[in-house]
Amino acid sequence: MNSAQPSEAPGALLADATATVPGPVPVAKWRWRSTAEAIAIPVAAVLAAGLLFGLFCLVQGRNPFSVFAAIYKAAFGSGYSFQNTLVRASPLMLTALCTALPARLGLVIIGNEGALVVGGLGAVAAGLLVAGSPAPVVWAAMALAGFGVGGLWIGAAGLLHYRRGVNETISSLLMNYIAIAVMNHLVNGPMRDPASLNKPSSYPIPDDRMLPPIGETNVHYGILFGLVACVLAWFLMEQTTFGFKVRMVGGNIRAARLAGLPVSRLGWITCLLAGGAAGLAGMIEVAAVHGRANESLAAGYGYAGILVAFVARHRGLPIILVSVLLGGILASGGILQRQFQLPDATILVFQGLVFLMILLSDSMYGRFGLFKEKDAA
Amino acid sequence: MNTESIGWWGVVIGILAGAVRGGTPFLLVSLGECLTEKCGKINLGLEGTLLVGAMSAYAISYKTGNPWIGVAAAAGAGAVMGALHAFLVSRPKVNDIAAGIAMLIFGSGLAFYLGKPFIQPSAPQLPGLELGGWSAMPQVAAALKISPIFLLGIALAFLLQWAFRSTRFGLRVRAVGDSPAAARALGISVGRTRLLGITLGSALSGIGGAHLSLFYPGAWTEAISSGQGLMAVALVIFARWNPVHCLYASLLFGGAQAIGPSLQAVGVSTGYYLWNASPYVLTLAVMIATCSTRRTLAGAPGALGVPG
Repeated sequence: MNSAQPSEAPGALLADATATVPGPVPVAKWRWRSTAEAIAIPVAAVLAAGLLFGLFCLVQGRNPFSVFAAIYKAAFGSGYSFQNTLVRASPLMLTALCTALPARLGLVIIGNEGALVVGGLGAVAAGLLVAGSPAPVVWAAMALAGFGVGGLWIGAAGLLHYRRGVNETISSLLMNYIAIAVMNHLVNGPMRDPASLNKPSSYPIPDDRMLPPIGETNVHYGILFGLVACVLAWFLMEQTTFGFKVRMVGGNIRAARLAGLPVSRLGWITCLLAGGAAGLAGMIEVAAVHGRANESLAAGYGYAGILVAFVARHRGLPIILVSVLLGGILASGGILQRQFQLPDATILVFQGLVFLMILLSDSMYGRFGLFKEKDAA
Repeated sequence: MNTESIGWWGVVIGILAGAVRGGTPFLLVSLGECLTEKCGKINLGLEGTLLVGAMSAYAISYKTGNPWIGVAAAAGAGAVMGALHAFLVSRPKVNDIAAGIAMLIFGSGLAFYLGKPFIQPSAPQLPGLELGGWSAMPQVAAALKISPIFLLGIALAFLLQWAFRSTRFGLRVRAVGDSPAAARALGISVGRTRLLGITLGSALSGIGGAHLSLFYPGAWTEAISSGQGLMAVALVIFARWNPVHCLYASLLFGGAQAIGPSLQAVGVSTGYYLWNASPYVLTLAVMIATCSTRRTLAGAPGALGVPG
């Protein structure tokens, strides 16, 4: 292993490092070849998944071209369908951040669904508590509660990892089930609206206190939460010293410790932000879509967010694009069922193929001469 | 009907019956995960494998009229899923946790897609072993109707324990899981050993799925699994990578799952939904109590989660 001598004095290392720097550091040029590689490989992977899915449709006796045309039409074909796509993309952007931010630290968090659910519960509770106040106050209270509860949820998983060495993937996964059980308990017990008979739900947020649609569209203001969160995440991770430290921990945790970075604090703060983003997704789902907390909250946006984060390679800005694409694919489930008699699980098969191909493409980086930077020396 | 007459014993019997019936899928997937992790790789996608197994078992049992062929089909389908996972994780730079999530999405999509036509018809079920004939109480008799797959699971737990300790195959698996570099130096093919281990492990969880659709609850629906496959990873940590401990842990988890429904049957419905979370809270509590940042857990394969 490369880090065989941790006992070596930091001073000696520093002296060594300064001695080997040869003259002035060259000004960083825009490395377009690596940028092209980072775009070309995921795009090729998605195309390969599309090809496999087309074969799958062919085997099932459907014309793949008309299936793809229908998906496109249902997702982006008209103003109405594009609005539907954006409504689905909003929570995806936020839940994707829940996996993407800790991934930069080297943590694999999959508790997105749980953080979304508890965030939604917190938002409903806060909204009901201040339901008499003006609408902006209600929204602020709901957003704050959603962010806070979701943040504490994943922050706890982060803290357990750094303080107790508990595997963050497993603990966040377990917490998904705990979150759903807590939600079922609350909407069947303390928070239950007696008027909700078939589908036990919490008391509803008053209609005039819900997040309204933007202008004349069907797209609610939740999309702004998603866009702003992704841009902020990009800024935080790529443009600030905090982000630089986080990426340093993710790159080599021993080096980061040796450089004196507060690894544990960076870790749980990042997890807190990540969980807060997923909690906000729960908030916009209750404040703009459902109006109350019930089992519809656990609709799989959390698990789909994991897929978005991996496809976007955990970067803030690509998450926006991938969320819109996946939102469109999710929106087309109904059409496939009505027009081609394909079960709604077809979309799940497609998602799975995309994910598999993206992972397989991870082993393709650095394999193509075209993408090798020429100024390596 | 007899619930009042046996009172609180009904809760105990319910929990014991749940431990055996509900613990069986836990047992098979945790043994599968144990074998997988002993090779040094994690398979988080066993939930997808479980669903594919449940669907194939039900479909084949319906088509052929023989539930045992269904069990074999479940094992075969599980093995195919496992081989796919093994191929993925053998590639450089592929994270095995992410690969597991991808296999989970793909597997459940495939199972729901192909299983759509089999939601309605009823397939021949596996026969249960009636060990409760001596009792006059129907609850006891029902609780002691044992799934043949449960017995298979017990046998497999001890077989795996013995195999890890005393066979050439077990030694190879442990070597590959503890130090792939050392295993390679000894001339053991890391790729082939992992392929075999992961494929066999997935076949076991496919059989766990067959228990779900062909014995208890005994039907194919999209909601048939309540996360037993995902729990496998946590169960194996709970059982410290020991197959026989997997058996005890599975019984414990199956029993914990049955606490809520059993209490409800005697009229105690307070916290019904919270009891459903008890297996997860239990695992989390044990992990918090026993993990440490300074050492890896006793029994953990040395190369677990290390890329390469």
